[in-house]
Amino acid sequence: MNELLALALAFPLVLGALFIVLAASTRAALFGFFAFGLFLALAWVELEAIDVALTEAAIGGGATGLLLLRLNARMRRTVSLGQPAGPQLRIVAGLLAVLVTLVLGALLLALPDPAPSLAAATVEPLPTLGISNPITAVLIAYRALDTLLEIAVLLIAVVGIRVMGAERGWAGRPVPWPAAEPSPALVFLARLLVPAGLVFAVYLFWVGADAPGGKFQASTLVAALWLLAIMAGLAPAPRTGGGWTGIALAVGPLAFIAAGAIGLAATGSFLAWPEPVAKPMIVVVELALAASVVVALVMLVAGPPEPEAGR
Amino acid sequence: MSATILGLTGALLVGIGLFGLIVHPTALRKLLAFNLVGAGVFLIFGVVARRAAAAGLPGDPVPQAIVITGIVVAFAATALAATLLARLSEPGEQP
Repeated sequence: MNELLALALAFPLVLGALFIVLAASTRAALFGFFAFGLFLALAWVELEAIDVALTEAAIGGGATGLLLLRLNARMRRTVSLGQPAGPQLRIVAGLLAVLVTLVLGALLLALPDPAPSLAAATVEPLPTLGISNPITAVLIAYRALDTLLEIAVLLIAVVGIRVMGAERGWAGRPVPWPAAEPSPALVFLARLLVPAGLVFAVYLFWVGADAPGGKFQASTLVAALWLLAIMAGLAPAPRTGGGWTGIALAVGPLAFIAAGAIGLAATGSFLAWPEPVAKPMIVVVELALAASVVVALVMLVAGPPEPEAGR
Repeated sequence: MSATILGLTGALLVGIGLFGLIVHPTALRKLLAFNLVGAGVFLIFGVVARRAAAAGLPGDPVPQAIVITGIVVAFAATALAATLLARLSEPGEQP
C-alpha cells in the first residue's frame, strides 16, 4: 500500500521535473515548479518528515516559485549565459545525467542495513530541554551553531540584495508589484487568510516544542501572509535601510549570540543551554529569531530598493 | 521499500536537473534546474533519515533538521541569484 503511494508521488515528481526542464515557455516551467513543490512536500509527508514537508511547501515550492515568477515578470530581456545547446552537447549532457542518476541510485541501494542512527542519542536528553519534538531540539540545541550560521546566511543574502540597489540610494522601497489594480478575489482572499493564518502561525510556533512545527515554519507562514497582503495592495513592501526592519533583522542573531555567551559563562561551552532556565531562554531566542526570519524572507522576495519618487 | 522508491526519484531529479543546468542557455532556466538538483539531494538525504528510524522515531531527526536548514539556505542563494539576474537584465549591463 505504501509502495503504491510512493509510486503515485514519484511519477508526478519525475514528470514535473521533466516538464520544468523541457517546457518551451519559462512561465509554464515556473508554474510547473509550484506544482512540483507541492508534490515534493507530500513526498516528505510519506517519508514521515512533517517538519521538512512544512518547510518545503512554504519555502522550497511557495517562496522560491513566487520569487522566480516575480523575477520573470521583472526581467527586461532574457539573460543568456551562452549559445543554445547543439545536438552534441545535448547527448553528452544526457549521458552525464544518466551516469549521475545511476551512480546515486546504486549508492542508495548499497546503503548499510541496519542504517546508523542518531535517533536514540537525540531522544535521551530531551526532558532536560523541556522540548519533546526531536527536530526542534536538533535545530535549537544540539546543532544550534548550524541554526546561528543559517540566520547569518539569510542576513548576508539580505545585505547582498540591498547592495544591488545601493547606487540608487541605500534606503528605499523595493520594486513595486505589478502596478495594475489587484483583482477583487485576491483582495478578498488576503483579507480572509491573513488573520486566520496569523492565528495558525502562533499555534505552529508554540506547538513546535512538542509536535511538528516551530519557529521556521511559523515564520515562513507569517512571511507568506505578509507577501499576500503586499500583492493584494493591503500593505506596502518594507523599506530597506534602517528603521524597525533593521532592528528586526538584527534582534535574532544578537539574541542567539547573547544566549550563547550566557551558556558559555554558565556551563563553559558556547550555545549550551543552562539546565534550569533552558526552556524560557529557548523561547526568547526563538521569538527573536522568528522576527528576523520573517523580515529577511519578505525582503529576499521583495528585492532591492528602488529610487524614491521625486529624487 | 517506499523510501527506496522516493530515493531513486531523488536520484532521477538530480539527473534531470543536471541535464537542464547544462543544456539551457538562459540563466533563469539554469536557476530553476539548479533548484531541481537541490530538491533531489534533499530527498535522498530524507531517505537516509527515514531508513535510520529508531528509538520510536519515524526517522533520524538530525538529517531531517539539516535538510530544513538546507532548504532555507538554498532559498537565500536563489534569492541572491535572482537579484543579480534582475540587475543583469537592465539596459547597459553585460552578463
